[in-house]
Amino acid sequence: VKVTILLFARPREVVGAGKLELQVEMGSTAATAFQELAVRHPRLAEMRANLRCAVDQEYVDWETALHDGAELALIPPTAGG
Amino acid sequence: VAEGRHLTTEPIDPASTAIGLAGAEDGAVATFTGVVRNHHDGREVLWLEYEAYEEMAERQIDNLIAEARRRWPLSEAVIRHRLGHLNIGEVSVVIAVAAPHRAEALESCRWLIDTLKAEVPIFKREAHAVGEVWVDDHE
Repeated sequence: VKVTILLFARPREVVGAGKLELQVEMGSTAATAFQELAVRHPRLAEMRANLRCAVDQEYVDWETALHDGAELALIPPTAGG
Repeated sequence: VAEGRHLTTEPIDPASTAIGLAGAEDGAVATFTGVVRNHHDGREVLWLEYEAYEEMAERQIDNLIAEARRRWPLSEAVIRHRLGHLNIGEVSVVIAVAAPHRAEALESCRWLIDTLKAEVPIFKREAHAVGEVWVDDHE
């Protein structure tokens, strides 16, 4: 399945892109997609504890399975206001 | 950066956000205005930059307003948040709620700003004399 990954703030700078496409195996979760990305961008792995994930614009658990065309966003600590 | 329902790159005027919000049945309008200050954690701040996951942030703010309306009998609730580069003293966010009585206006306004900070995907970059950092604490 193909998913779109969205990155913001520091994770975006570390990866060098705000949006990228990733091909993952059927049944992959947000966590496994993150791991694949972190292999290519090791500095991303250190940030995992401070990241939440959202699929299709809703916060979800890292164990959520990704459907084809899913939009997976890595959400760093929010600091609005 | 788009001009959204709640997010804007244009300066926000707190007064005009609150004016006209109260209907004939309302006895209170509560507002919260967030302002860019020149220090954070003991360090001087020169300016800020806000970035957002805009589509999700717009939806999340819609959801916050809907939830506030379920919890309190509000007549109106408006949230405007600035994105992009902000200088010291500029307004970053305005929340304005109108309600029949002051208690629900004040409580819901407080809940809205606290929940916005914790949940809405808006990110802040601070510029110090020595460089710039993404802010990763919840004050």
